[in-house]
Amino acid sequence: MAPPSLDFSPLAGSLAVAVSWLAIGVVGLIPAGNALFARRLAFPAGALAGLALAAFGLQAVWLPAAQLVLPLGLPDLPFHLRIDPLAGFFLTLLGAVAAGITIYAAGYFRSETAGRLALIALQYHVFLASMAFVILADDAYLFMVAWETMALSSYFLVTTDHRLPAIRSAGFLYLLIAHLGALTILLCFGVMQGGQGDYTFDALRAAELGPPWATLAFLLAFFGFGAKAGMIPLHVWLPEAHPAAPSPVSALMSGIMIKTAIYGMVRVIYDLIGGVRWEWGLLVLAIGAATTLFGVLYALMQHDLKRLLAYHSVENIGIILLGLGMSMVFIGFGHPAAGVLGLIAALYHTINHAVFKGLLFLGAGTILHSSGLRDLNDMGGLIRRMPNTAFYFLIGALAISALPPLNGFVSEWLTFQTALQAPLLEHGVVRSLVPLFAATLALAGALTAMCFVKVYGIAFLGQPREARHAAPAPGGGHDAGLLERVGMAWLAAGCFVLGLLPSTFLEMLNRVSVSLTGGGLPAEALESSWLWLVPTAPEQASYSPVIFLSVIVAVTLLTFLLVRRFYHGRVRYSDPWDCGYPEQSSRMQDTADAFGQSIRHVFGPLYLMKRHLPAADDPAPRYSVQIEDRHWYLLYLPIARLAEFVSSKVGLLQRGRISIYLLYSFLTLIALLVFVR
Amino acid sequence: MAEMDSLPGIAFQILQSVFVVLAAPLLTGWINQCRAWLQNRSAPSILLPYYTLAKLFHKDAVMARDASPLFRLTPYVLFGCMWLAAGIVPVLATDLPFAPAADIIALVGVFALARVFAALAAMDIGTPFGGLGARREMLIGFLAEPAMLMTLFTAAFISGSTQLTTIVETLAHRDFAIYPSLAFAGVAFLMVLLAENARIPIDNPTTHLELTMVHEAMILEYSARHLALVEWAVAIKLFAYMTIGIALFAPWGIAEGGDWGGLPLAVAALAVKLTLAGAGLALIETLLAKLRLFLAPEFLATAFLLAVLGMLIHFLVSG
Repeated sequence: MAPPSLDFSPLAGSLAVAVSWLAIGVVGLIPAGNALFARRLAFPAGALAGLALAAFGLQAVWLPAAQLVLPLGLPDLPFHLRIDPLAGFFLTLLGAVAAGITIYAAGYFRSETAGRLALIALQYHVFLASMAFVILADDAYLFMVAWETMALSSYFLVTTDHRLPAIRSAGFLYLLIAHLGALTILLCFGVMQGGQGDYTFDALRAAELGPPWATLAFLLAFFGFGAKAGMIPLHVWLPEAHPAAPSPVSALMSGIMIKTAIYGMVRVIYDLIGGVRWEWGLLVLAIGAATTLFGVLYALMQHDLKRLLAYHSVENIGIILLGLGMSMVFIGFGHPAAGVLGLIAALYHTINHAVFKGLLFLGAGTILHSSGLRDLNDMGGLIRRMPNTAFYFLIGALAISALPPLNGFVSEWLTFQTALQAPLLEHGVVRSLVPLFAATLALAGALTAMCFVKVYGIAFLGQPREARHAAPAPGGGHDAGLLERVGMAWLAAGCFVLGLLPSTFLEMLNRVSVSLTGGGLPAEALESSWLWLVPTAPEQASYSPVIFLSVIVAVTLLTFLLVRRFYHGRVRYSDPWDCGYPEQSSRMQDTADAFGQSIRHVFGPLYLMKRHLPAADDPAPRYSVQIEDRHWYLLYLPIARLAEFVSSKVGLLQRGRISIYLLYSFLTLIALLVFVR
Repeated sequence: MAEMDSLPGIAFQILQSVFVVLAAPLLTGWINQCRAWLQNRSAPSILLPYYTLAKLFHKDAVMARDASPLFRLTPYVLFGCMWLAAGIVPVLATDLPFAPAADIIALVGVFALARVFAALAAMDIGTPFGGLGARREMLIGFLAEPAMLMTLFTAAFISGSTQLTTIVETLAHRDFAIYPSLAFAGVAFLMVLLAENARIPIDNPTTHLELTMVHEAMILEYSARHLALVEWAVAIKLFAYMTIGIALFAPWGIAEGGDWGGLPLAVAALAVKLTLAGAGLALIETLLAKLRLFLAPEFLATAFLLAVLGMLIHFLVSG
């Protein structure tokens, strides 16, 4: 173990950033009552620290792993820190995305009162720091401390508006599932140490587990981290907690926090347990496919913008799991090159989702902040009132819909390319299953595009649906402020960079995979120039987003110039064409629910619908349809009933008389004496 | 990729792209002519689409007052996307310099990009019909797009590549053998082609009843040069789909990039194949009736399942 060195190696640098986040949070408390301090100094400083962290992380990807022992923690149980390419990659993600979100937050929280803002700044920066420590941790002890700090600080951020009962119950649900997950992860570490009692990751890595124990550890890790990631059936907290939190916090949680769960999965399954088996991959694939489809189908049914985005986070976690699952299947069958490709696809989608989902949540935050609207059915025509937000949101929407040449497309492309390696597999059934999961992905991608046409078309395009929302709200209805715009522009630029320069990131992720699995992509794939994305061999597949984009722009411009040159650019303005029905109003536009109607029709059996249709002679007809999550009724409510039943029976023990309690003690002692001789 | 700097290759690439853009309305004219004959009407000139385009370009555009920049940009984006597609698909030749920049997945992505822009522009003005058209178009798209991708994947599994060049060369130079998986893929592809190009039985390109329209309802607000660009893009899209079908299922006679000697044969083969395919499409459209909108998902789900079946059969037969 190297002694703590003070030169700014990536590890020391990342540690410094994490500590400075803690410091920023605490310092923000001291000049209490000064909101300006938090807005002008704390958040911008936090954003700068994020940038520094991204730089250190990027550096760490190219360096060998480094370790550090901090003389903190319990006696004889110091904190171990380690940075390796995988941690470096996730630190880059954390730093770069957090920088954008934090600078946005500096503008977003402008109307908060001073006391509350200081508290938010504290929780916010502790949250950031805890995520950095989760990634840096090199022993189970520090990992769990950081993991729980992350859960608690985000719980307090979710319940910022704790006076509303709905938000308190959303926070409780989040805390409950976060702790279920944490318990499972704790058990997983317990299984992995294999009776040695040493919980450093080095020891866990070295421990030899028999196949049943390894599989048990895998299952515990998968479901424990899955609870945080929001895979079904553990996703229920996500659509409740994300809308409850202030928008920058939603962006952090959806963009980054659920990615720490992906980090945990990759770290534990690939690195600590090792010896990946293909059966595990199939489980991951099955749950990933279900999560993907379920997430997007429920997203299509939502009309609360932030809830909709939360369901899309569920979907995107599913897509990441599809990549991971394919990777595990290929590695398990002994095809490391294809396995590495799947891992790269999954990690690429992880950073892509962080960038575009962060951007979309920030856009939703600006809408909520300036117009007070979160229900899509009330919106309409926002592109005219907030053109900047509309522009950035469009980039996010195109990116998440996996349209070329933006970033969402690259990772889905890589996932498809992984699936197309299926003929390598010897096992006949698995070989034909893998492309089926690709079909799921294709379906989900197209449904996502539909959902974001709905969101964008209904929120930003068209006319305001309700007359009372047509005029700007008093003191509102404005576009995003400067800092908010900077935050969104940063993430939108990320969508372009990740979309246009994929081979650079492919190389970076290849480093991560090499350090994790020992294998990498074929040399042929890596020697192509920065223009080309070639995952296997040029004659098999290649894609060049830069050429793609420049051709599309050139051709579009050429068309424009030709039309102008040979014809004219005259435009007359008039009323829209009413098709001969003059009585049209803006309330006749499609609503979010109407847009989802066809999907309800096609996928009806998947939803739990409560419909209310008026009778023919109803003087005040009202239509309503409520979509509920089947998991509540199939899984959660039975568990809740069981828990209540059990606790009511346990309650029988409580008689309220001291002699009876003494009798219990006596019986217990007798029982112990029988067993412990 | 080495082809990128060879001048003849680039000339060939530009030639093919311009050829597709210019020839696309001719195919539309031919289909309309065939359909008129089959329906016992006197047929319009095969050049009618060109006259219509010229007329539209000369008119003044009328635009709704609230139109956003997105609405004005969309016709150009649509046209640009389709022009790009015309450069990717091996219409006259394989191994064009631009081909490696976008494979079949990116090709499906280009069509999706165009569809999303068209649907957004339809919702821009805020008339009920635009929203209705956009919703229906996306309903058709969400099933047609994966079905198309699965069809292409079947071909990709046969040739071990997602590059159209490699796929077409593999399929063109194979020994004559019957691929059952390709038969399934072929039927699925035909169904997707009908749906994606707004043809009967999914949509009726000649309807003037707003309530039954899908694609026409989306472009209701466009006029003059914008409408001309949209219509032209539609024609290129149909041309591109038909040539994808030809490249996958009947690739004989296609030239190689830069092979000027093979060009006359390639053009002649393409003309014959498109003439037959256009007549076939007109026949299908005459024989079938338009489906109720809610049968469209069923139609496309069938296409999707056929494509997936084709893929599975490939594994069964080859495994």
